[in-house]
Amino acid sequence: MKIIGLIVAILVGALLVYAAADFPAWSDPASPASTYLSPHFIEKTMEETSVPNIVTAVLADYRGFDTMFETTVIFSAGMAVFLLLRTFRREEPEARHYRHVLTGVTLRVKEGGELPPSDDFERIDSLWTPHDLIIKTVCRLLIPFIQLFALYVIAHGHHSPGGGFQGGVILGASIILLAISQDLRTAVKRMAEKLDALLCSVGVLIYAGTGALCLLLGLNFLDYSALASVLHVDSIMARSHGILIVEIGVGIAVMCTMIWIYNNVSSGGKYNQGL
Amino acid sequence: MVWPIDLAILTLVVITSIGALMVKDLLGAAILFGAYSFMMCLLWTVMGAVDVAFTEASVGAGVSTVFFVAAVFRTSRRTKD
Amino acid sequence: MADLISIIVAKYNYWIYITLMMIGLYAMIAKNNLVKKIVGMNIFQTAIILFYVSIGVKKGATIPILEHGHGGHGHHVVHAADYVNPLPHVLMLTAIVVGVATLGVALALAIRVYNQYNTLEEDEILAQIREE
Repeated sequence: MKIIGLIVAILVGALLVYAAADFPAWSDPASPASTYLSPHFIEKTMEETSVPNIVTAVLADYRGFDTMFETTVIFSAGMAVFLLLRTFRREEPEARHYRHVLTGVTLRVKEGGELPPSDDFERIDSLWTPHDLIIKTVCRLLIPFIQLFALYVIAHGHHSPGGGFQGGVILGASIILLAISQDLRTAVKRMAEKLDALLCSVGVLIYAGTGALCLLLGLNFLDYSALASVLHVDSIMARSHGILIVEIGVGIAVMCTMIWIYNNVSSGGKYNQGL
Repeated sequence: MVWPIDLAILTLVVITSIGALMVKDLLGAAILFGAYSFMMCLLWTVMGAVDVAFTEASVGAGVSTVFFVAAVFRTSRRTKD
Repeated sequence: MADLISIIVAKYNYWIYITLMMIGLYAMIAKNNLVKKIVGMNIFQTAIILFYVSIGVKKGATIPILEHGHGGHGHHVVHAADYVNPLPHVLMLTAIVVGVATLGVALALAIRVYNQYNTLEEDEILAQIREE
């Protein structure tokens, strides 16, 4: 198998090196890719959509269909991971572990055993280790700023690098950081599984719903200039605002998919013991 | 773009990619893959693709590495090649 | 000789992308461990993304964010030659995020395989399937 793989890789590589001779020279301004469609985008984006970041404008406006279905692909990937891994069979382990919050005493309750009647017990993993104070405090301090930065990235995507995809991933990463620094139980308590799945589909719905709203207002699907009458702005600013609405939808969908995939992969689908 | 930086990063990219595939420990492979993604992100910044570089920095070097580490934790670190 | 050097300078970037693609393809075919195969798949993917992004590079151009963006619409004339081609960036930006989603699905499949056969090595899995 190794020899076959080597032969195939070298054959494909040789073919591509042969083809590379016909490529335009490196960083050639007159190459075919840079002469047909892209000058139109570069020169007209500002007048047509009033968005200085050309990438954001092309992503969410000119190629809106493409991005909508990419968001759908991400949503279905989250669904696929959920359906592959998640197990709902409630197999009780023979012993559960509880920790008394005030004193730190750990109780091991055998199958069928009862807890002493008190509210101060929290359930913990069998591999539980005491939280490191430094890690816990630093993460607690960092997470709000990470989330603030993510919101800035989503909202400021018109004027600087950024947008729904990047901001959504950073928002998801902040919750994943919480799950890593403490444990999966804490993170799931903050962001329940049902809420996660619901928000994931709400993100896709915001995107598709904006398109459908444009359709209802009498223009093409995802033609944001139709939103001018709803938002009380002129049609150019309406396209700019339409891009922002769509980016928010993308951000929500991407954030929830990342958290969903992480929770399922790190706990093997059982949601009890994470990383 | 500046060609010495370009050439240095391209060499590092090839080295980290080979390293990620050669190392005999899956956790090491995951971390080296994160380094590979970060080098890729630098390369795209040099090329002027700031949005793509930003995405790669958050997705490739951040979340992918976490997914790999989580999956290795759920399975095993052992590998024969 | 000078001819050869100019060819190398014009093309060496493409050759390194092709090398990366070959590394990824070889890992996907020949590596024995499933996680190593997934790493190979990601390397293959990023090599193709790198190739696409490099198509958009222009000599003497800056990043695709318009200057004087805040000062009203269209008063400033924009020349296409001043900015790198934004179209490959848009295509590849979504490709990266879809790539991490497919990575999640691949890892989920690997975990399922591990739960079933208790190993990630391809030859051991095949041997167990033959025994059944």
